[in-house]
Amino acid sequence: MSFGAENAPHPSASRASPSPRERGEGWGEGQSSDRRALIYWSGFSVVVALLIIAPLVLPEFWRRFLTEILIWGLLAMSSDLLIGYTGMVSFGHSAFFGLGMYGAAAALLWFEPPSLWLAIPCGLIAAAAVAGFVAYFSTRLRDIYFAITTLIFSQIFYVVIFTWTEMTGGENGLTFSRPPLAIPGIISVAFDSRTLHWFVLAVVTLSYLILRRVTQSPFGMVLQSIRENETRTRAIGYPIERYKIVAVMLSGLFAGLAGVLYAIQNRFAAPDFVFFLVSGEVVIFNVLGGIGTLVGPIVGAAFFLLLREGFSRFLTEYYLIPLGLVFIAMVIFVPQGLLGFARRWLNQ
Amino acid sequence: MSPGEPLVQVDDIHTYYGKSHVLHGVSLEVGKGEVVGLLGRNGVGKSTTLKAILGLVRPSRGRVLFEGRPINQLPTHRLVRLGLAYVPEDRRIFPLLTVAENLRTGLDRRGVTAGRKRQLLEKIYEYFPRLAERRGQPGGTLSGGEQQMLAIARAMMLEPKIILLDEPTEGLMPRMVAQISEVIDVLHREDVAVLLVEQNVPLTLAASQRIYILEKGLVRYHAPAAALRVEDAVIHQYLGV
Amino acid sequence: MYIPFDQLLIQTINGVVTGMILALVASGLTLIFGIMDVVNFAHGELFMLGAYVGVIALAATGDFWVALAAASVTIALLGAAIYLTTLRPLLGRDPLTTILATFGVSLVLQNYALWQFGPVARKIQQPFTGQFTLFYLDYPWYRLAIALISAGIIGALWLFLKYGTFGIWIRATTQDRVMAQAMGIPVPWVLMAVFAIGAAMAGASGVLFGPLAGVNPTMGLDWILRAFIVVVVGGMGNLAGSVAAAILISLLEAYASLWVSPAQAVIVSFVVLILTLLFRPTGLFVATPK
Repeated sequence: MSFGAENAPHPSASRASPSPRERGEGWGEGQSSDRRALIYWSGFSVVVALLIIAPLVLPEFWRRFLTEILIWGLLAMSSDLLIGYTGMVSFGHSAFFGLGMYGAAAALLWFEPPSLWLAIPCGLIAAAAVAGFVAYFSTRLRDIYFAITTLIFSQIFYVVIFTWTEMTGGENGLTFSRPPLAIPGIISVAFDSRTLHWFVLAVVTLSYLILRRVTQSPFGMVLQSIRENETRTRAIGYPIERYKIVAVMLSGLFAGLAGVLYAIQNRFAAPDFVFFLVSGEVVIFNVLGGIGTLVGPIVGAAFFLLLREGFSRFLTEYYLIPLGLVFIAMVIFVPQGLLGFARRWLNQ
Repeated sequence: MSPGEPLVQVDDIHTYYGKSHVLHGVSLEVGKGEVVGLLGRNGVGKSTTLKAILGLVRPSRGRVLFEGRPINQLPTHRLVRLGLAYVPEDRRIFPLLTVAENLRTGLDRRGVTAGRKRQLLEKIYEYFPRLAERRGQPGGTLSGGEQQMLAIARAMMLEPKIILLDEPTEGLMPRMVAQISEVIDVLHREDVAVLLVEQNVPLTLAASQRIYILEKGLVRYHAPAAALRVEDAVIHQYLGV
Repeated sequence: MYIPFDQLLIQTINGVVTGMILALVASGLTLIFGIMDVVNFAHGELFMLGAYVGVIALAATGDFWVALAAASVTIALLGAAIYLTTLRPLLGRDPLTTILATFGVSLVLQNYALWQFGPVARKIQQPFTGQFTLFYLDYPWYRLAIALISAGIIGALWLFLKYGTFGIWIRATTQDRVMAQAMGIPVPWVLMAVFAIGAAMAGASGVLFGPLAGVNPTMGLDWILRAFIVVVVGGMGNLAGSVAAAILISLLEAYASLWVSPAQAVIVSFVVLILTLLFRPTGLFVATPK
């Protein structure tokens, strides 16, 4: 599934004949890829450094805002693994996110004292379980049917969580306290907004590096080949369903991780986050930022949240009207997203 | 359109399929009422040329003129209203429409009276009695040969000035091939021009006034059909196995 | 667990009535999908805005039927506008883009309604009150009327598609868009008209449904989900299938709500969808799986 006109052989392509570079006959290919790696990692370090310094110079509100951007960015990035790399558009990520949140909430409410290192695995297990469940049913379906099925699954979990008031607090959700950053027996220090930000940054950066490794591994290559031409990949002999299931579970795992982080930051879990509209927003982040880039969705989340902040200052609660219009315009005119132009570059 | 001016003129068109350069500057023309054959091996761009004329593929360079007017920019359905009709390689009749409904897609045009529609239908059912028999059947249930007849009949319902035929005899039994030959003759007698893309050399030579031979996206040879024989060297060169 | 017969009967009729409205909404959706491969996420909002236009028109003229007509026409125009601005530019591209674009449209329309009309529910008066006696029960006439009107509209649509030039154009375009163009059918206009017709049907459904439950900006959300389910279960692009699926699902939900709360009864339709996708992915009523 190719998003935007970039890869599709379209009858109306009216370009001059391809340059030697495009045909792949670049000169000094080895040299320039080393240079590209250097530029890439320098850029990466600069960005991370900026993000580390940021909480030191920003006022409290923006500190939290930046942390939220990172969390939503992680969620969007997890979804990119499916959309951008495997070509599967999922509207189910709100379920993984939400279950990660509730899983962490459960750990923080049931166990005394509330422990970070219990919350994380609980959230991840809950998300992985849901992802496995969803994956089992939906991966045998293609395209639109996959999208609709994952959407329906989000709703199933929403309805269950919403109505199972005894377990989940129903409509009101669950509130709990934030666990300290603790290494048992050694130190225990409560999070403030700076240290929480650094913790989230560390988790997100690590997740990015892991996902990047995955997309560049042989496994990731198979996923991309599924995206390009599923029938041919199957014909070559790969058990596509299994790859897809793993992809969904991996994606769900990182989405759940984002849910855990959100729970820790905001100290509540609510069914609203499981509602399918949240999944829709996640896909919006992906498209705005550029699918298939991993970093793009984070930028997309930032772009969306900043626009929302901006619009809501001037237009109170109806910010979604101009925001929606901007989104539609981008889908039509800039389908490759903000970072789409750098897609090939970001993936080398 | 002045006399002597070709009905359809294709002028140095280039097309691409993704990065692949398919037509490298094809030029040809079809006069009013003429039957022109376009021969060539598989994949040289014969179908693409027809599609470019119809606007189903947009040339990146070059022009297509109809009755002297450039038609490159027109949307396909507008072109067709000007007087072009198309019978594609895989027939592509509407499978869930009945035979009669398929014909109606060509008949239901502006400026055609109910009486004229009945006339045209009767005429076509005379030419193709098999279609008359099956007029209430869904197009998808017809045999390959019958579908080919339906595709041609449907195009004739447009009362076009030129019909673009893409490999009409492909996969047909000899009896049906003969019938196709007859249909082309009928069209010629009715002063409908035909641009015939084919791999069947004898049929094309017999039916056409002029022949173009295409190879690798370019016209390599052009001659009156009368001047060519099946066993000629040039035929072997561009079409031989 | 004994369910009294009269409750069962009422739920059956309720199920059929809701089912017919759902069928009307879903028919538009499936028609649009069949002809242009667009999953119209904004369909629920077209339903909702139709209801609001109904409220306004009813307040202005006092006549329910005029309101119904006004809503249909207005939403048809809105549909045409949406098609021209957001869908036509996206026609050749990946189907994902249209899902996203219509999702964006749905967000905009929902919030527009919230902005213009506020979150408090409005009411549309029933055009006639009164109940009839079925066995020993009293059932409102209006609900029955809804079912009949919806059936009538769908029937008219079916006739329109079967006979008449435009109907042939629509069906031809659905089966082979390129060849339809090559036959001189003005495909761009056909697509716009179909979208407008689908939108009009959604808008009309909104007005018909209005008296049953009130009109608020989020009423479209429930319906879009159910409509998606109906379209998939009925077979995408299959008009008769959607009608059958709509009634089936509504009946099942109606029966389910005898035992569980309506919020939970919706899970029934989810289960039907999943079962369909597992065993008959091209649709419950479609004979040959492609």
